[in-house]
This record gives sequence, structure tokens and C-alpha cells, in this order.
Amino acid sequence: MNERNAPSRGLAGLFGRGRGRASGGNADDGSAMLKGRHIIEPGNLSLPELDGLFDLAESIVKDPARYSEVCRGKILATLFFEPSTRTRLSFEAAMLRLGGSTLGFAEPGASSTAKGESLADTIRTVSSYVDVIAMRNPKEGAAHLASQYSSVPVINAGDGGHHHPTQTLTDLLTIRSIKGRFDGLTVGLCGDLKFGRTVHSLAKAMSRYPNVRFVLISPPELEIPDYIIAKVFKPSGVQYTQVRRLEEAIGDLDILYMTRVQKERFFNEQDYVRLKDSYILDAEKMRLARPDLCVLHPLPRVNEIAPEVDADPRAAYFAQVRYGMFARMALIMKLLGIVEGGGKKG
Amino acid sequence: MNVQKIRNGLVIDHIRAGTGPRIFNWLKLDRAPFSVALIMNVPSGQLGKKDIIKIDNVIDIDYSVLGFIDPNITVNVVEDEHVSRKITLNLPERVENVIRCRNPRCITSAEPGIPHVFRLVDRKRAEYSCEYCDELYRAGIGEFL
Repeated sequence: MNERNAPSRGLAGLFGRGRGRASGGNADDGSAMLKGRHIIEPGNLSLPELDGLFDLAESIVKDPARYSEVCRGKILATLFFEPSTRTRLSFEAAMLRLGGSTLGFAEPGASSTAKGESLADTIRTVSSYVDVIAMRNPKEGAAHLASQYSSVPVINAGDGGHHHPTQTLTDLLTIRSIKGRFDGLTVGLCGDLKFGRTVHSLAKAMSRYPNVRFVLISPPELEIPDYIIAKVFKPSGVQYTQVRRLEEAIGDLDILYMTRVQKERFFNEQDYVRLKDSYILDAEKMRLARPDLCVLHPLPRVNEIAPEVDADPRAAYFAQVRYGMFARMALIMKLLGIVEGGGKKG
Repeated sequence: MNVQKIRNGLVIDHIRAGTGPRIFNWLKLDRAPFSVALIMNVPSGQLGKKDIIKIDNVIDIDYSVLGFIDPNITVNVVEDEHVSRKITLNLPERVENVIRCRNPRCITSAEPGIPHVFRLVDRKRAEYSCEYCDELYRAGIGEFL
């Protein structure tokens, strides 16, 4: 007998909750609640659920004091099997700002896995102590596996190069908060579109909204994978164009999502030297852009955005970091079933 | 080539040529105490060449796994030397612990004892994806567990 999910079936009383809906596949029922659910990939959330999440996040942005105690008595575990200061601190700040507590580890050496414990056993143990788990693990599918053994919601904080759903929520909340909408936007994706996980997730997420157009700005070596075009853009009827130079496209964009072009992705150094400046955003290129352009970057940045751009009001990548925390606050509240004002959804 | 008729058993027919030994091994027929025959490269109007396995015993087979290995296979159930029914196979929606995920970055490569699960994502292309890492596989291709 497969013992997965056994705790939630046999010990539901002890753990105080039944298992939430499975994480796999798309959740298309807009009336469904998020309480008790696992968030493994961006597609786990339907558009109405995303709307509800962003409404709550924007409400928190407007009046954070109103939410400062709503998670009192609740514990978030941050289980980071590989270092990621930014994401871990964002989750911990989110829970602390909701009045809850956090525990966990920041590297595998500090966990029982260093003694050879399986991930399944670690998750069974930790989920006995806490109310929600945020986990990063270098292995693809680790979060999905964790969700099968956890008696509390699991949030995927990154599983290798696979999924990082709260980065996508961060990107979407930033766009919605700054632009006020998703519909009809022209989104430029610039840099490494081949290996960039955040780019793929954002492309999939934005393709779910009407009349979104993409401008794909990359060298030939780093073009977006064919499967994104064949399985995401074409079935959704999304319009897209591919260009080689940022200068050609920046004037048409509502959103510019920058990523880093890494030298090691190129076959030879000459190509890298020839192409790299096309994918570095500086004040000169910003002069070609619209006054209401919104520049995003998943961070950390290395040299793909010149520091002189930071002072430009169109540079939104540090605001994006803050929106990431608010997105995680809203997500934690939703998964715990906490409604505004501190009550609980039954 | 003549192979003796079977009295009560199964004839696994229309196996893609070359796949017969794989099915033979999966069914552990090398250890069978009853008569079995693996016939390879038999001329076939439909396939050009095919493999056939004859088993002189009624054994339990997980037909969903057999469908995953090769959905074009047909299985004839023989009773008293006559075909009593024909079983046609389909690609199953899900297979568990049949093949191993080859992606070294997949959690299945690191976590002991978890099931290797694959789900059908494209029936037309006979394409499956690993439940954990989404790595794609064509039905029947892959390293058996």
C-alpha cells in the first residue's frame, strides 16, 4: 500500500485538518477556497483565485497595521535545502508582519537530511510542528513530493530550475499594482529567455489574460524554448514578436522584464562581447522608452541594469521586492484560511 | 516456424518488432515453469515485422502497463485451444513504477522508496511526463525499474 497521505487520512483529528485539494493540475473553480491547499506551481491558482489573492495583497499594502496580528499563534517553517537569502527572508518577513512566528533552517547542513533522513520523513516531522511550510530544494519535484507527505500546506519556494510560484505571484502583483490591469499589456522579455525559469513562468501566467502581447528580446542562442511558443502562446492566441536588440523594441513596451545574460551560456567569447551590450539597460536606452514603462527584474542583478537606471521612476525592481513580501503575506493568509479582520473561514 | 498450439493461455500479438524481449523480461517469463515462446521478426501485413509471445498458462498481467509499453499489442485469451476473447490495449492515464525518470535533477534520483509516476500528457504523441519534474517520455521508451 502506498503510504503517502496516510497522516491526513488516518490522523486527521490529531492534525486538526483534512488534506487540502491536491496541488497538481490547474485549479479552475473560482469559488474554491485556498485554505489547506499546496502551492507547487503558478498554474495551481485559477484566475479568480489570483484576483482574490491580489485584492488581499493590495489591501495589506494600503493598511498593513490592520493585518499585523492576524496570524498570531501560527508558525511558518522555512525549510531551505539550498541557500536563498532573498526568498527566505521575504517569507519570514511576511509571516512576522502578520504577527506569526517562523522556524526552520537556511542550508541542508543544518537539517536532519545531513544525517541521511529522507525528505518525506523531514516533512512528516516538521508538518507536525507548524501550520504552513515554505520549502526550497535543489531537486525538481521536491515540493510536489513534500506536499504528498505534509499535513499542512506546502509552498514551493523554488525546486531547482523547475517552479518558483511566489516569484510569479510577485511579478503579477507588481504589474497589477503599478499598471492596474493585465489585459492588453505589451510585455518585453529581455535577455536569457532560454534558461530563465522566471521568464517562462511569467510568460505562461500572463498568457492567461486577454490581449497580452509579448516582445521576445534575446540573442539566437538564448531564444525562448519552442514549447512555450507551441504549447503556451499559440493555443492562447497570444501575439508575439522576436527581436534581437532592446533598442528596437523598448519604445513599444508597457512592461520590460529584464534577466541576466550569462557569459557561460555562449559558445564563444566573441559572440558574448558582440551581444552583451544589447541586453544591458542603461539611461540611453531608457530615453527611447515610454514615460509609463515599468521595468522589472527578478533579482539579483549583476550588470544587466546599469545603476544609473535605479533612480528612474520607471525602475520598479526594488518595489517588486516589496510586493513579493505582500504577495507572500496574502498567500499565507489564504492558505491558513484567515480572512480580513482576523477571523477564519470555515 | 511452427510453435505448438497452447491449450489454455495467452497469445500476446502485434508486438512492435524488437520489443518482445522487453515484455518477456517484464513478465519474468524466463522463470516460468510452464511452456512459453518468444517469436521475433514474424512477417506482418500490418507492421511489416512483429514479435509474438505465447504463454501456455493464464497469468495475471497489468494490461495498463502493457498498453504503456506498446498500445498496438493485442492479447488473445485461449481456452481449450480456441481464442475465447481478444483484449485491445490503450495508453493508460498513469503508470507507476514501470520506468525510471532519467532526469538527474529529479527528486526521484535522490529520495529513496518513492514511486516513479508518469502521467499521459499527449495521447496523440503517446507522451508522458514525470509527475515530479515534468520530464517528457514517449510511451514504452525508458529504463525499466
